[in-house]
Amino acid sequence: MAETRPRIGLFVTCLVDLMRPSVGFAAVKLLEQAGCEVAVPRAQTCCGQPAYNSGDRADTKAIAEQVIAAFDGFDYVVAPSGSCASMIKKHYPGLFTDDPPLRAKAEDLAERTFELVSFLTDVLNVEAVESSFSGAVTYHDSCSGLRELGVETQPRKLLNTLTGVEIREMEESNVCCGFGGTFCVKYPDISNKMVTNKAAFVAASGADTLLAGDLGCLMNMAGKLQRQGVAVQVRHVAEVLADMTHEPAIGQPAIGEAADEESIAS
Amino acid sequence: MQSTSPAFKDNARDALADQQLQKALQNVKSGFIGKRAKARDRLPEFDDLRDASRDIKNHTLANIDFYLERYEEKVTESGGQVHWAATAEEARAMILKICRDVDARVVTKGKSMISEEIALNAHLEEAGLDVVETDLGEYIIQLRKEAPSHIIAPAVHLTKDQVEADFRHHHKDLPDERPLSEPTQLVAEARQMLRQRYLEADVGITGANFLVAETGTSIIVTNEGNGDLTQTLPKVHIVIASLEKIVPNLEDATTILRVLARSATGQEFSSYTTFSTGPRRAEDPDGPEQYHVVLLDNGRSEMLGSEFQDMLRCIRCGACMNHCPVYHAVGGHAYGWVYPGPMGAVLTPSLIGVDEAGQLPNASTFCGRCEAVCPMRIPLPKMMRHWREREFERHLSPKAVRAGLGFWAFFARRPELYHRIAGWKMRALAAFGRSKGRFDALPFTGGWTKHRDFPAPQGKTFQQLWAEKQTGGGRR
Repeated sequence: MAETRPRIGLFVTCLVDLMRPSVGFAAVKLLEQAGCEVAVPRAQTCCGQPAYNSGDRADTKAIAEQVIAAFDGFDYVVAPSGSCASMIKKHYPGLFTDDPPLRAKAEDLAERTFELVSFLTDVLNVEAVESSFSGAVTYHDSCSGLRELGVETQPRKLLNTLTGVEIREMEESNVCCGFGGTFCVKYPDISNKMVTNKAAFVAASGADTLLAGDLGCLMNMAGKLQRQGVAVQVRHVAEVLADMTHEPAIGQPAIGEAADEESIAS
Repeated sequence: MQSTSPAFKDNARDALADQQLQKALQNVKSGFIGKRAKARDRLPEFDDLRDASRDIKNHTLANIDFYLERYEEKVTESGGQVHWAATAEEARAMILKICRDVDARVVTKGKSMISEEIALNAHLEEAGLDVVETDLGEYIIQLRKEAPSHIIAPAVHLTKDQVEADFRHHHKDLPDERPLSEPTQLVAEARQMLRQRYLEADVGITGANFLVAETGTSIIVTNEGNGDLTQTLPKVHIVIASLEKIVPNLEDATTILRVLARSATGQEFSSYTTFSTGPRRAEDPDGPEQYHVVLLDNGRSEMLGSEFQDMLRCIRCGACMNHCPVYHAVGGHAYGWVYPGPMGAVLTPSLIGVDEAGQLPNASTFCGRCEAVCPMRIPLPKMMRHWREREFERHLSPKAVRAGLGFWAFFARRPELYHRIAGWKMRALAAFGRSKGRFDALPFTGGWTKHRDFPAPQGKTFQQLWAEKQTGGGRR
């Protein structure tokens, strides 16, 4: 059995690396539970989207080459993000149209790269997970995962296997939360309008926990909900699926250090 | 039309603060999205038709010179005349000359975005002509001296209360007690005002949804029938259309028609689909004596063969803006020129320059909803990104953005250095944010923290923790 274990290179994503490493460990746990061997190449930083979406092709290509080299030889590359996985899977090959050998490598990497939850269900055929987490959750479909990779039913399917979890769908769960990478700081007022709409739908769902598969969107939505003083916990779906919710939810104080809600909800 | 696209951010801020507009914009979501989805679900072959439509346009664009020449031959054979206009200025001059040649005083118009693009009304009015918009939405905004805010629903930025107020203000004979609160009453009122104008008109101008090369036919789709009266009652009919409206034959046109109305309004077909070929023949009971087609280029031939060629497949259904969360937030006028929403974000820089319209392709989260609903499968986000690349190459992006990006990329391209610095920074940030779990303000994050809190990082980076784990160190 051991010799057939698929070797996974975990693409941590820059936000998980910097902001919320527990999501990375949740991904490792889920992959190992499903019979994989997981390695984390150190020569990774980011998928290159900030440069790519700002029109900076040269830096994008340099970063993509770095990722291609770092993840050479793995059976699969898995990211706890639809957005970063899609960058590698759908956008890297197009960066090297004028360089056939690199393009071939980019295509090879693209074929091996997957978003975490859909990888579990669609490639590893994971049918169920176990988690002691309980509560009413609502799930936000992040744009790239949904529209570029078709991640929609997979997280709901696994969440539904948790006995303590009830999914309460919000309205417009598939509409952008307004994060959009640099968009949220380049166009803060429009982004605010979008995330305000999103926060209202989250609150109206009646769920006590908001889940999604992309940390950027989660930070945006958590930040808005907390600014408004809405008491919804916000977590990456992998944390719940891996039964790793011991860390405080996004934007919540470390355990034992209760936040002064009044002073935050300005 | 003078663009205000460089002021997009200011326009957007004003739009977000405009309560009346925000109320009207709710109608975009509720009026279009569900109806399109239902129309799509009712037609199992809808996605196949999208593929077929895309292929038809790709073939046509690859052979556009052939089809346009064939089209001109057929128009000439049927007794009409094609005028080739390279620029907006040429098109305006041609149309004015045709009007003057018949001593026209009153000109009626069907809805035409090309006429907006070339700012035709202002030009004709300056020359002393009385120009009457006959599409209800266009009629309303003409009264208000506004530009359309949507390509198929020009007055969608208005509530019906505003329209009622406009009618009561402008229609002097309208009794105060006549009810005008219902859409049907507003339509009836506009119809009554317009009826006489159709009969007075010397020239009728319409746009075109398709030009058919095989037959020299132009096709328009409308829901009010105003296009038919505009083009059949006056003695001269002028069609104003851009080059890419051409399709090879009637079957191609009808294939694309099957996705057009469904994508636009969720109707199976528009109420009126009108084919016109040449002027009135001897045996025809009615129709114009003259039939002219002004074919506008205005930058489109430059798009052929470029990374923006796919945009020329656009059939102006409006589905992209109907589904765009940015359009929902700010409406069409914020975009600052003729074409709003995602299609405008790609097309406008092509037509008026990225120097002028660079904000538009930047104001997108790349959520991809536009591409997902586009009946012609136009990769809109990809082309917005191409505009950002052009901007970046030409150093048009803001200096601070370039500097920040350069700083970040320097580290992102050096993983060891990146991990070391990130480790220090995140631990410091985590130490500051630990008690609250988040920040309500932080240096250099004003765009974020103006509207939302910023979560504190957990502490050590994943890479640090992973390295510790590998060497047998503790997790925390």
